[in-house]
Amino acid sequence: MDLFEYQARDLFEKHGVPVLGGVVAEDPATAKAAAQQLGTPVVVVKAQVKTGGRGKAGGVKIAKSPEEAEAKAAEILGMDIKGHTVHRVMIAAGADIAEEYYFSLLLDRANRNYLAMCSVEGGVEIEQLAVERPEALARVAVDPNVGIDEAKAKEIVEAARFDAETGAKVAPVLQKLWDVYREEDATLVEVNPLVKTGAGDIVALDGKVTLDENAEFRHEDHAALVDAKDEDPLEAKAKALDLNYVKLDGEVGIIGNGAGLVMSTLDVVAYAGEEHGVKPANFLDIGGGASAEVMANGLSVILGDEQVRAVFVNVFGGITACDAVANGIVGALEKLGESENKPLVVRLDGNNVEEGRAILEKANHPLVTLADTMDGGAAQVAALAANGK
Amino acid sequence: MSIFLDDSSKVIVQGMTGSEGMKHSQRMLASGTNIVGGVNPRKAGQQVEFDGGVSVPVFGTVAEAMEATGANVSVVFVPPKFAKAAAIEAIDAGIELLIVITEGIPVKDSAEFFNYAQAKGATRIIGPNCPGIISPGKSNAGITPANITGPGKLGLVSKSGTLTYQMMYELSDIGFTTCIGIGGDPVIGTTHIDALAAFEADPDTVGVVMIGEIGGDAEERAAAYIKDNMSKPVVGYVAGFTAPEGKTMGHAGAIVSGSAGTAQAKKEALEAAGVKVGKTPTETAELMREIIAGL
Repeated sequence: MDLFEYQARDLFEKHGVPVLGGVVAEDPATAKAAAQQLGTPVVVVKAQVKTGGRGKAGGVKIAKSPEEAEAKAAEILGMDIKGHTVHRVMIAAGADIAEEYYFSLLLDRANRNYLAMCSVEGGVEIEQLAVERPEALARVAVDPNVGIDEAKAKEIVEAARFDAETGAKVAPVLQKLWDVYREEDATLVEVNPLVKTGAGDIVALDGKVTLDENAEFRHEDHAALVDAKDEDPLEAKAKALDLNYVKLDGEVGIIGNGAGLVMSTLDVVAYAGEEHGVKPANFLDIGGGASAEVMANGLSVILGDEQVRAVFVNVFGGITACDAVANGIVGALEKLGESENKPLVVRLDGNNVEEGRAILEKANHPLVTLADTMDGGAAQVAALAANGK
Repeated sequence: MSIFLDDSSKVIVQGMTGSEGMKHSQRMLASGTNIVGGVNPRKAGQQVEFDGGVSVPVFGTVAEAMEATGANVSVVFVPPKFAKAAAIEAIDAGIELLIVITEGIPVKDSAEFFNYAQAKGATRIIGPNCPGIISPGKSNAGITPANITGPGKLGLVSKSGTLTYQMMYELSDIGFTTCIGIGGDPVIGTTHIDALAAFEADPDTVGVVMIGEIGGDAEERAAAYIKDNMSKPVVGYVAGFTAPEGKTMGHAGAIVSGSAGTAQAKKEALEAAGVKVGKTPTETAELMREIIAGL
């Protein structure tokens, strides 16, 4: 889960990373009150969106009075930045920036440890810096079982070629950022820019944090960080039903078991759909169980997608038994009743396939077509979805 | 031969007495796996009776189980919350092969126990979030259905469970030496490259099917490895061409970030390394069948 800047700021503050005052606002009046509360001569009104390039898009504006903050907030709220609607702004205390640096700590999948990246040239697009002047971006491996201790922090600031005085001030901040990373179960903590103020203080001015959703069981407070306004309604419904669903832009609903097989099914349907002008509408992995209830829940989410014209159920019974899946489909169709009129193509293979197919043949539901193979089923469902267009 | 797991493997199950552990221990026993013990500190000293008249002792720790039985493989079924502790315990006991089936382990925990194992240097980890490993006809450590395919001359390494099963099914006419599901998490123990290297060294494996998916760059690195080190034919399949940027597709590691980790880039890297890549699992199996026929 990616966090908003204001959420990252709050986590930084919680772990003792130096930040400036910042208050989130969802309307201009609150923005004005926030500016009054901060009380600094200058505030910055910053769009809260989970994408880069806010500044260029006009989503970051300076205000020299609470009234101006209110006006700027009114301009920014509701803006569209790269497809993200701005629902909130953060009113941040103005900073007296002397120098800008860069720091990030992230999961290094290839080396299966963490990677710290640091540069004395911050405030710019870091991807650009990495390509154009890689020598300016220090890369230091971090052992997950050791983290950024005093020695590692020193190693990082030296690799980034901070002068000794600044390095000595930056290093303890890096240790605090490690606390954020480790204690919050983050997979990314990025500060850009990390600044030195005119007074010589080090401050994390803008932060980006990604949290590991698998670690939610030990972070009850992380649930509150989910942004309901940003969630697709069908994805929210699926999540409430404990289904692994991703909404896509297409006409063929997909249900399968196992993440890899479902991804593969999407691809196979996309190929088959090329000649019919249809695409997969979603990713839905029902996992190992596939009871009638799970199948009914899955179908109800998919059929709730108005774009969907036909559904492909693609199951390889490994542990899952195909007869259980077939019973699930029959039960789900009973639950959904006669109002349902979108065709289903079902491909079953593997464990108890004969029994599963027999159940569907016996039920002889008018909406259900059995497919012999995955590729064949994809072709059938693509044709059906095209007919329904 | 086979890789990592054979008929001499002595397997213990951490979390055997839980519902998943019981179900899959029964299945493993039925497929011929030599399960010599279970581990549960609260049930140490008990015997668990399985269908078929097999009685398996429960030990309090992995070390005790290894001491008493000579076990060299452990399969972990414990829930995410306790998985790291279970893995560390097995690593401390010096188990040779540790297979972590559990899905949903925080990546920090996996990174910690993986690096801990690396420092100790005695344990190979497969997973987490994987179906495990099967050497058909010899041993099956994990949750892979044993009845899909029999022994044969292909190797299979895959990030995905059900795609592994699908591919085993597609190529059951040829059969497999060993099939490994390496798992769909961002941090995993055994990689595509580790498995490819072992298959290259295995005299009974004549060709390898490699299944990848979006996220990370493991497939790209495997492609470079294949180009430089593999004499045996490799056929590839990559899932997730239609996955949108920034969305996790079921597996915690299956995510396209910006322009990184796309299926297209993986396919191109594999093809540039001389690997034939199928558009669908069925086409991939057909490519392998053609290569085998021409050998």
